[in-house]
Amino acid sequence: MKACGRVFKYGDNVDTDVIIPARYLNSSDPKELASHCMEDIDKEFVNQVGQGDLIVATKNFGCGSSREHAPIAIKAAGVSCVIAETFARIFYRNAINIGLPIIECPKAAQAIEAGDQVEVDFDSGVITNLTKQETYQGQAFPEFMQKIIAAEGLVNYINSKA
Amino acid sequence: MGMTMTQKILAAHAGLDSVHAGQLIEADLDLVLGNDITSPVAIHEMEKMKTNHVFHENKIALVMDHFVPNKDIKSAQHCKCVREFARKHKIKNFFDVGEMGIEHALLPEQGLTLPGDVIIGADSHTCTYGALGAFSTGVGSTDMAAGMATGKAWFKVPSAIKFNLVGSLGKYVSGKDVILHIIGMIGVDGALYQSMEFGGEGVASLSMDDRFTIANMAIEAGGKNGIFPVDQRTMDYLCAHAKRHFTVYRADPDAEYTAEYTIDLSALKPTVAFPHLPENTRTIDEVGEIPIDQVVIGSCTNGRLDDLRAAAEILRGKKVAKGVRCIIIPATQRIYLDAMEQGYIRDFIEAGAVVSTPTCGPCLGGYMGILAEGERCVSTTNRNFVGRMGHVDSEIYLASPAVAAASALTGKLSGPDRL
Repeated sequence: MKACGRVFKYGDNVDTDVIIPARYLNSSDPKELASHCMEDIDKEFVNQVGQGDLIVATKNFGCGSSREHAPIAIKAAGVSCVIAETFARIFYRNAINIGLPIIECPKAAQAIEAGDQVEVDFDSGVITNLTKQETYQGQAFPEFMQKIIAAEGLVNYINSKA
Repeated sequence: MGMTMTQKILAAHAGLDSVHAGQLIEADLDLVLGNDITSPVAIHEMEKMKTNHVFHENKIALVMDHFVPNKDIKSAQHCKCVREFARKHKIKNFFDVGEMGIEHALLPEQGLTLPGDVIIGADSHTCTYGALGAFSTGVGSTDMAAGMATGKAWFKVPSAIKFNLVGSLGKYVSGKDVILHIIGMIGVDGALYQSMEFGGEGVASLSMDDRFTIANMAIEAGGKNGIFPVDQRTMDYLCAHAKRHFTVYRADPDAEYTAEYTIDLSALKPTVAFPHLPENTRTIDEVGEIPIDQVVIGSCTNGRLDDLRAAAEILRGKKVAKGVRCIIIPATQRIYLDAMEQGYIRDFIEAGAVVSTPTCGPCLGGYMGILAEGERCVSTTNRNFVGRMGHVDSEIYLASPAVAAASALTGKLSGPDRL
């Protein structure tokens, strides 16, 4: 499994309130949530993001609330993978559970810049920066996490085993 | 090698003699919690599962607290979905308008969260119940759905940081100042993936409400959970609230910690977190001149009776400054009644504050106190992220109820000792 796209770059401690502000949590419709994704940190994100694009950030991405609406909004906006130095733990769990690929890689998080074209190989954990002609070794997904992501989330994965 | 308190609870719930940090385990759950924002997503996920029943109708708690009484049609639809689910599955611990309170104040009051429990909740402040010696942690809606269906959840066993508390708190210094001080010290990811285990002789001097406030904000340091040892004060609280048996676990004397800090409670001052991160802390003598527009006293962090008492003692017989809106939100119906019997509600209203029915409302920018562009709020809540309480160009200063009440009187960020 691979992801490939253009990068939107953010800094430390991107919290779930800026990923999807609580004023929109009266909806749980992925499309509607996606239309407000990153609104309080980057108003242009929803206008510019394309299918398959990536988000790259530094420390503690997704900190704050447990709202699963945050990874749902990112996934429904078309983002194929989030790369960060570290993730807040509830966001990490939620992303895997809804089938949004995420990968921890401090080197990639530092080196990759906004607008770079980046490819991620989930089997090997290798991240390739096509713009800068560099590669970075991220943490490969354990097999069970790859299966959850391939099934588009924990529920489908559980159902497929039943 | 010995186990931490958290590890002992997890081992017992996974049917194992011992566990170690980093180990993946599946644990039995004593309680699965959701609110009116996260439960609808979980219910939808559960409907997709090939199961049509909950694991135990008494071990699920559904609390309508974020947007109730419903603020708009969409939130009303969400609550309707949860109400129907609760009825269909005969969920005993379903709390709606009239019985509800802010979940993390309500569930301990109802005796639903006890020492030694393993609790997951689709709300990040589920870590609050660590004050009672439970392992409790926030998860998302899909984990909540799987928990409701199976009564189990997988965990990576956390390592722990130990906070050794010594001394006792001075006047106008509270649990909120303790946890803000700690977050300022270790940062918003200082305890990422780890337990925060509190201990030391200073614990005995902390009220249960102080402990709830401290455990509540473990997540703001990135912690998986925050946990206190069970002592006489905990047992006294449980005598009044617990309705079932529980097991008390203690950390082994040789438990390993990744770091240990000693906090002298008597040296702490009222502490404020400046925008836009809980780690941006300053003591009250360092805050300078910050004029404010609003004060919020409430939330799962600071809406309990101790908090309302601290605010009432400062507001009593005085007037909220002109141009400041002071919003006070008792966290549960019980706390509201107790505050009324103590005369605090009269103190608030006579001072020119408003008192609301229990709701999370303004804390997360839902309703009941949204900020306009450029406005500043001193709030006893837990997060001061960009846009958290309203406009992206508004500002939140996190503080204790005493500082918030004092600030309401002066119209600027102020310590109570200066009044």
